[in-house]
Amino acid sequence: MSVEPLLPAARFARTDSVRRRERAQSLAKATFFVMAIAMILPLIAIVGYLVYRALPSLSVDFLLDVPRRGMREGGIWPAFIGTLYLVGISLAVAAPIGVLAAIYLNEYARDTWLNRLISLAVINLAGVPSIVHALFGLGAFVYAARFGYSVLSASLTLAIMTLPVIIASTREALASVPMAFREACWNVGATRLQTIRAVVLPNSISGILTGIILQVSRAAGETAPIMFTGAVFFKAVERGNLFPYHLNDQCMALSMHLYTLSTQVPNVEPSVLYATAVVLLATVLLVNVTAIAFRVWLRNRKKW
Amino acid sequence: MTVLAIDPRGTAPKNSNGVAAVTRRRRSAAAIALERLAEAIIRASGFSAIFFVLAIFFFVFREAAPVLLKESFKPMEFLFSTQWYPTSDVNVRYGTLALTIGSISVTALAMVIAVPFGLGAAIYISEFSGPREKEILKIVIELLAAIPSVVWGFIGLTVMSRIIVSLTGAPVGVNLLNGGIILALMSIPIIVSIGEDALKAVPDSYREAAEALGATRWQIVYRVLLPAGKNGLLAAVLLGVGRAVGETMAVLMATGHAVKVPHSVLDSVRTLTANIAAELGEAAAGSDHYRVLFMTGVLLFLITFAVNLTADLAIRGVRRR
Repeated sequence: MSVEPLLPAARFARTDSVRRRERAQSLAKATFFVMAIAMILPLIAIVGYLVYRALPSLSVDFLLDVPRRGMREGGIWPAFIGTLYLVGISLAVAAPIGVLAAIYLNEYARDTWLNRLISLAVINLAGVPSIVHALFGLGAFVYAARFGYSVLSASLTLAIMTLPVIIASTREALASVPMAFREACWNVGATRLQTIRAVVLPNSISGILTGIILQVSRAAGETAPIMFTGAVFFKAVERGNLFPYHLNDQCMALSMHLYTLSTQVPNVEPSVLYATAVVLLATVLLVNVTAIAFRVWLRNRKKW
Repeated sequence: MTVLAIDPRGTAPKNSNGVAAVTRRRRSAAAIALERLAEAIIRASGFSAIFFVLAIFFFVFREAAPVLLKESFKPMEFLFSTQWYPTSDVNVRYGTLALTIGSISVTALAMVIAVPFGLGAAIYISEFSGPREKEILKIVIELLAAIPSVVWGFIGLTVMSRIIVSLTGAPVGVNLLNGGIILALMSIPIIVSIGEDALKAVPDSYREAAEALGATRWQIVYRVLLPAGKNGLLAAVLLGVGRAVGETMAVLMATGHAVKVPHSVLDSVRTLTANIAAELGEAAAGSDHYRVLFMTGVLLFLITFAVNLTADLAIRGVRRR
């Protein structure tokens, strides 16, 4: 004797309203997918096009050579080494202050109005337009502190501008260390500072380094803050010279060089222009890729 | 004789019963002083952020302030006149309204493009994509955010301007539309990453409850997630606005150089930020023109401060819940 099914199969068939909902769902998914893809395309298109136009000039020699014929030909060495100087000095200033500030915010600060004010100040420091940082650098370092238009003024301006990058990422790295690690250390009688040195910093050092790498990328690409504090259109430097600038010299910088070449100098060889853009872009993106690779490696290694 | 585990090497002083005496080793006064000093330095670094924000305002305002006392400077004219003739011999005018409108129009155009794409991408990454896909998209966003503004400006000046000229037949390619598109591309990453954070902050129990009622993903997104995450999404948009208003190099290179109120998207404009960058090099230090440019900087500082403060309050509202 065959058993009668409890419910006819037809009951499970899709009704119109279900079909409508599923159509809306797949339409929505497709729309959002297109929007997400719309971000990838410009990145690939831009990088691809710039590299394609830059190819005739791109070479190691382009990097090491000095600009020739009123910057219309030749290489970018003085600008490249200038960027290294600015980034190096700004990093030396911003990294210790930024890391210590993050330690304060994450390890010491209780939730008082004063500490909320600090967090707000960090957010605002990140939000101040780069040209206002330039005005600040001009008023504070060039004039008030009498550093003049110099590598030092420009680096200090960059340091203050990039401080929030280091604070934010260091804070995140410190916050990812489980509270239990600290409690275990306190329980054997260690002070707050001993705990930070022995437990918190060793467990977050890679995250902190990632933040510092990101600061480098940010500082290397900025133009406005250095335009009026120390970067100049042209400075005579010998080919391949590693120590062309003093702290109180003016210097060239890659980002400034790209701006000058593309807006102030007529009849520049196009491939030189594109190659300058590619070197700047490659420097910044390589630094970022390093930070990303570092983070992935770190996450795979993490045991908690 | 028992040796307590607290003294594994057997070197601690013993009492008469042969039991290791547990004495608290006192830290030297020098060690304590050193620790106090280190903590003071850490605290000072923490407060440095407040110090720097105040210093920025102080030094920018200090350079701008003397012009407030000059008869030729009228605050109402500064804010509400469209006439900007800073270097004229007979008819000097410092009206920034055209520049403010320039900033607002470029930012508005950028947001019209960036908000739907940015929020759409944030929703896709947060709700629809698989783990691998999510990883790749987030890396792309990070790289997109890392492209320096001067490179964006260069792209606007060379590539985008040619595309615009050939598509619209406009006489010049560096204009409001160009700047808007470039700024949109620049602010999308920040909208996506903050927006995704906002959606992630919506508790999973909300999603599960909706799913249990038989809702599809899309229904969950627009009936549950958008209302629940609206403060965070608002903050994402505001931070995008902040980035667009404050951007300098890209708009300097991509929007052209006309100080006038734009009538169409194909008109050239100049923004508050670009104006400072373009004219500061020519203004003699200490001149009225120089000080008015610093006053523009004060204005920009206050605008972005307000935008960021609002965004922060919106995010805080999310966290409190």
